Amino acid sequence: MAADVIRIQGLTRTYIMGANEVHALDGIDLTIAKGEMVAVMGASGSGKSTMMNMLGCLDKPTSGSYELDGERVEVMDRNQLADLRNRRIGFVFQGFNLLARTSALENVELPMMYERARKKDVREAAVAALARVGLADRSSHLPNELSGGQQQRVAIARALVTEPALLLADEPTGNLDSRTSVEVLALFQELNDNGLTVVMVTHEDSIAHYAKRIVELRDGRIVRDEPVNPRGNAAADLAAIDARKKGNA
Amino acid sequence: MKPQMLIRIALRSIRRTKMRSTLTALGIIIGVGAVIVMVAIGHGAKSRIEQSIKNLGTNMVVITPGAANTGNVSQGAGSFNRLKIEDAEKLKRESVLLADVSPVIMAFGRIRGNNGTNWRCPVYGVDPAYQNIRDWQVGQGQFFDARDLRARRKVCVLGATVALQIFGDGEGAALGQEVILRDVPFTVIGVLAPKGQTASGTDQDDVIIAPYTTVQERLAGHQFIAQILGSAASPSDVVAAMTEAKAIMRESHKLGDWEESDFQVKNQADLADAATGATDVMTILLACIAGISLLVGGIGIMNIMLVSVTERTREIGIRMAIGARPADVLLQFLVEAIVLSLLGGLLGVALGYGGSWLVGRLTGWPTMIDGVTVSVALGFSAAVGVFFGFWPARKAAALNPIDALRYE
Repeated sequence: MAADVIRIQGLTRTYIMGANEVHALDGIDLTIAKGEMVAVMGASGSGKSTMMNMLGCLDKPTSGSYELDGERVEVMDRNQLADLRNRRIGFVFQGFNLLARTSALENVELPMMYERARKKDVREAAVAALARVGLADRSSHLPNELSGGQQQRVAIARALVTEPALLLADEPTGNLDSRTSVEVLALFQELNDNGLTVVMVTHEDSIAHYAKRIVELRDGRIVRDEPVNPRGNAAADLAAIDARKKGNA
Repeated sequence: MKPQMLIRIALRSIRRTKMRSTLTALGIIIGVGAVIVMVAIGHGAKSRIEQSIKNLGTNMVVITPGAANTGNVSQGAGSFNRLKIEDAEKLKRESVLLADVSPVIMAFGRIRGNNGTNWRCPVYGVDPAYQNIRDWQVGQGQFFDARDLRARRKVCVLGATVALQIFGDGEGAALGQEVILRDVPFTVIGVLAPKGQTASGTDQDDVIIAPYTTVQERLAGHQFIAQILGSAASPSDVVAAMTEAKAIMRESHKLGDWEESDFQVKNQADLADAATGATDVMTILLACIAGISLLVGGIGIMNIMLVSVTERTREIGIRMAIGARPADVLLQFLVEAIVLSLLGGLLGVALGYGGSWLVGRLTGWPTMIDGVTVSVALGFSAAVGVFFGFWPARKAAALNPIDALRYE
């Protein structure tokens, strides 16, 4: 079972709000194998964001266990969590979250600056990661000189550069137009085809159907966990959109 | 994260908010600049005093009345005058290490020239050896000699200021004239070469010198032995000469082994210490005031670092999400505070140099900047950065990554 990237058992997260206990997550069992592409869905208030924080090792569960890539997360302290995020998880956020006034290349280099045992050449790895997302020629640009789609691809390059076990995307297309959204999903599918495990949190069906599996949350519980059928092909959809545009023009 | 990386991040962040960083660092700049200028003035004054004391002659030994022990229950220096002419005569006879010995009898009173001009200055009754001890040059005429002393002749040597005030500035105008001290006419046989003011502003030329025998006899009741001056044969003999002088003096005063000395024996170094003690206190006071301005500057840095942490909450969240440990974040902000205050310190050093030069230029005071002051001021500004940067940095490191990421 070493092939499981995520193994969650009986996971709960309870917030104390005044006199009330709010069960944001209420006994979640979830296993995600290496090479899967999972969309975590749910309306707001369903526990989706809490789930994202848990998966991203940004928060610790109230009870239950979480194993990421074979390491038990719930017993870790802040430093261990930071190191785990650094080595095992690549984050892609809705708002891109690039450092302002810092070039694309330096943004991609950033995670490697916090790596404890750095082996590879930082500059070389960052250039390679940017090339992988098709932005080799934009490396010296600042975030505000890039389009939203380009910024998100820089963020993806930053997530990939440490060769994580898990790419974790939080509403990755929330700030993008529909064409760019499909473009980013095409990149996710391509990375997934090459063996990267991808988990994305989204509330949009149109995005979720590019995943291989959908997990839906409601009131802190999993209410749906099923394969996507039929699964969308983002690269093909992108080609179709571009062809239609050309036709209109 | 490597140190040079941290410094680069800090410099970039400071560059991004140039205006704000400059204003923030201004407190440190002014503080460090003030420290350096103040200490430079203090040191300059001190070195000038030391220099002028050195000019008195390094071999000199001074015996003054009063208990050596100034603490406890002793009467305090000079409160009970026990120096006698016999002490000086005994020293002169018995001391082997003191080449020259002279008592100094001080008399005060109105001085009148035979041309009717009035003046007021101290009269020193001394031995002819006094000229050697103090290394005073005679400008016109001559110093009195041993025969004048023995014969208690009513002769005197005028300081340049006295000669000028009473007899005008004509060459030799004073020679052969008379000055009347408390109804006793003294014939002027010499005028001393001008020596100028001491560091404390006393006019060394405003004095009349006469044989101590004459002063003792003619001005009785208006004089006391202020001190006995001696000069060791060579600078290396000074300490031994002081020991010897003390023993002779104790014998002369018939002091038992258990009794405290009722006089003090000092040398140049002691005099220099006493004279520079006051400027040391001044220097410390000035440095304290300047130190307070550094402190205020540090509070400015803390303030701006707190603002910076709040502004960059999102950045902190991103860094934490991608693997920065709390210690990494702490270090980043701490280094930024230190770099900011050190840059302020460096500019402050430049300001200090400029300020000292300007003060020296405008007031004519001697100023002296030493490496110790500069490094202490720089070290202090770095310490200010550490001290006042720590709390904001810890605040940044304690942020919860989830909240920091969601911060708008």
